[in-house]
Amino acid sequence: MKRRDFLKNTAVFVSGVSISLSALEFIDPKELLAANPKLRWGFLVNTYKCVGCGFCVKACKIENDIPLEAHVTRTWVERYVMTKSGETIRDCPNGALAGYTSKLLDENASGMRLVPDEEITQAFFVPKLCNQCSTPACVQVCPVGATYQTGDGVVLVDRKWCIGCGYCIMGCPYGVRFFHPIERVADKCTFCYHRISKGGNTACAQACPFGARQIGNLRDPNDPVAKAVMNERVGVLRSEYGTKPNVYYIGLNEEVR
Amino acid sequence: MKNHVWRPLFVVLGLVAGILLFRLVYVPADFGTQEQGYTFGFHRLGNEQEWKDYPAKYKNNSYCTECHDDKVKSWEASAHAIIPCENCHGAAFGHPDKPEKLTIDRSRDLCIRCHAKLLMPSSGRNKIAGIDSEQHNAKTECVECHNPHNPSLEDM
Repeated sequence: MKRRDFLKNTAVFVSGVSISLSALEFIDPKELLAANPKLRWGFLVNTYKCVGCGFCVKACKIENDIPLEAHVTRTWVERYVMTKSGETIRDCPNGALAGYTSKLLDENASGMRLVPDEEITQAFFVPKLCNQCSTPACVQVCPVGATYQTGDGVVLVDRKWCIGCGYCIMGCPYGVRFFHPIERVADKCTFCYHRISKGGNTACAQACPFGARQIGNLRDPNDPVAKAVMNERVGVLRSEYGTKPNVYYIGLNEEVR
Repeated sequence: MKNHVWRPLFVVLGLVAGILLFRLVYVPADFGTQEQGYTFGFHRLGNEQEWKDYPAKYKNNSYCTECHDDKVKSWEASAHAIIPCENCHGAAFGHPDKPEKLTIDRSRDLCIRCHAKLLMPSSGRNKIAGIDSEQHNAKTECVECHNPHNPSLEDM
């Protein structure tokens, strides 16, 4: 082979290989599907409707086998009380498992506190749960591939694979992850994956008498949740972390963290 | 070269082969990069099915109605019709086979989850009729006077 032919053939071969490789990458159907799937679970919380009964917390714990007496929970309800002096008081006794039945605000170490009715300006409840982020920080930090995002956008924990290092519990900006006291692995809200994937409702949304919680498909333009996210004034929690949460709130205040 | 130079190399090669063999046996075939890519979708695919198969404890109102349609009628017309059966009657689990009977929560603590009077001006709580639990017949259970399936005071 002549030197000229060798160089020519090499150039053709290399450019041919690189083109076909990049072309294969572009038309990978799996990647295309992942970028725009037909199903993307999202959640809508209406804080005006929530009355702080805590039925959602109880239903979640029973449905997902989280011990009732343990101080961990996949979902909880916070109470916000704002006063005329500009103070914001937040409490959440035992995740609101037994609901809010007293005017006394739980200030943890400093004890209980009563804010007189005439001092209150705003007061409301905010249910919290896993935000099933589009770019979840908790998944990125897992060293063993035990926590992951499904194709329809739900973040799950593989209980057989989790080594219990706790990185994800630290990594979550919303503090929704905890250590399961019986399974001895990291645990979190699954959007009741076993229920929604069979056409059911999440345990918390089903238990809510007031319709404050709703789950839906954000990719379906006729879905009530997708419609509300599109047309109403909704907010997400801690957007500054860049995790792109998929739990949307109606009636969110800047005081809510 | 001398044998003592090659020996450590064989040991290293053996170790690498051993680790690869262990990995082949231990890591399931469906473990790897799935739909969401390497960053968010690196996992064991079979676990998704395991979560889908997780047993549900709560059924829903229509499941209860299948047998108890007589009880449902009075409740359906009342203001309490927004409350799902299982919130007070307990999760159905495998009822009516296992458990045969559900334990109904008739406690005052259950009622005051909604009916304890709190001043919550920016929430639906203010629209619900509320009591001061320490003043309003403190020692009696609510169900002794109020019918949970028809809580209207006119019908008391």
